[in-house]
Amino acid sequence: MKARTLTRHFRESLKSLGRNGWMTFASVSAVTVTLLLVGVFVLIMMNLNKVADDLENDVEIKSFVSLEADEEVISEMETAIKGISGVESVVYSTKEDELSDLVMDFGNEFRLFEQNNPLRDVFYVKATEPQQTENVATELSALEGVEKVEYGEGKIEKLFTFLNTGRNVGLVLILALLFTAMFLISNTIRITIVARRHEIEIMKLVGATNWFVRIPFILEGMWLGLLGSILPIGLIVALYYNVTEFLGPKLRGEMIQLLDFEPFIYQVSALILLMGVFIGIWGSFMSIRKFLRV
Amino acid sequence: MIQMKNVYKKYPNGIVALNGMNVEIKQGEFVYIVGPSGAGKSTFIKMMYREESPTSGQMLVNGVDLAKIKRKNVPLLRRQIGVVFQDFKLLPRLNVYENVAFALEVIEEKPEAIRKRVLEVLDLVGLKHKARMFPRELSGGEQQRISVARSIVNTPKVVIADEPTGNLDPETSWDIMNLFERINASGTTILMATHNREIVNTMRHRVIAIEGGLIARDEVGGDYGYEG
Repeated sequence: MKARTLTRHFRESLKSLGRNGWMTFASVSAVTVTLLLVGVFVLIMMNLNKVADDLENDVEIKSFVSLEADEEVISEMETAIKGISGVESVVYSTKEDELSDLVMDFGNEFRLFEQNNPLRDVFYVKATEPQQTENVATELSALEGVEKVEYGEGKIEKLFTFLNTGRNVGLVLILALLFTAMFLISNTIRITIVARRHEIEIMKLVGATNWFVRIPFILEGMWLGLLGSILPIGLIVALYYNVTEFLGPKLRGEMIQLLDFEPFIYQVSALILLMGVFIGIWGSFMSIRKFLRV
Repeated sequence: MIQMKNVYKKYPNGIVALNGMNVEIKQGEFVYIVGPSGAGKSTFIKMMYREESPTSGQMLVNGVDLAKIKRKNVPLLRRQIGVVFQDFKLLPRLNVYENVAFALEVIEEKPEAIRKRVLEVLDLVGLKHKARMFPRELSGGEQQRISVARSIVNTPKVVIADEPTGNLDPETSWDIMNLFERINASGTTILMATHNREIVNTMRHRVIAIEGGLIARDEVGGDYGYEG
């Protein structure tokens, strides 16, 4: 194919977009609505996934140091804990720190205990992977100087199962929605091509090769996808910008955070754009196939 | 230039359209194909540009056997022959100029050459002044003239016409026929299926009558021969 023919195909595809008027408008609208739906859904699901991660990562093991342990034992314990495989971080908190936390959380009545502090020194230990928490906890409880270990046994397993189920359901929903979107968009494009099957036949009878007929249609599908993704991208960027502006400050310091505006929003925009263009091209290609047999 | 040897065509539904046909048409001839509906006329014509292919037999156009031609080479064959249809088959979304230019864009002609040649043939069919109009804005006769212009724009050796006057009133039919006469006078072979007795009897040329999938009559300067 000569370069001027490719130029011709580009020109024809744009011209056809204009001359098809209402058909173009209908297809672009369908693509817009579908991609907007996909975009909003992806925003929600990805953030729910983030929340699940945050919840999981918040799980920590509280290991109480026995009263007999002196400073030497405590510093040995710290080294030992750091040596356990799967430990991400260790934070040491004295019983005085613990008490002041209590006072902060529950009020000045707890100052009564300042004369005779019944609390223990504590190591807060986090596992690199939330799922390893249980193993790490078992190893911790075997260490010398550890009185007992708490990590919400039983509860966190339930939480993990719940979050995993949630994530899987989300994944299935996203896949189902993507599939539906592909079906809807390529079907819209199919309708516009079916309406023009006689044109394809005429082109073939006048001596056009399959590719000569196909390329302008494929380019037209690409333009439809491109045009249809502009509005969804704009709306989703604006929507997420406002959500992060509004919720971001309120969540500051909390364990649950939204995904940062950048680069997440660029990834979602790219996804929408690529989906639109890819489905546009693919839809045209598939729909035109059977009309080329002339 | 067109040669059929024992061409046989059976459709999937069992109908035998051509039943061992033999015919030879030389370069520069003007041939009418006549015969009752369903006799095989359309099949005969459609085989020339490979809309249908023979079930068996040999069918040579410009030395190429259409019974054996590969699917991907069909466009190349169609570029060497011009086809005019009863229903014009113009592209509705392209204007007059673009419709005619399409046949040249297909062969990747240079834009300047396309422009020159398209205006030339539009002038020949007398519609240069309507180049920017769309098919729906033209009368049937005008649309058919555009279709004729498209068929000759890449100077084919043969023009095939399937009842080109079938949808036209008598007066415009004569305009179209005069065009074909001029094209034929420049050395182009014309093959035309028709039901128009008056035309066949007035503009005398070779007449091939097809009946029951066979050639019933073949005479140069013959008349239509059927009761209208």
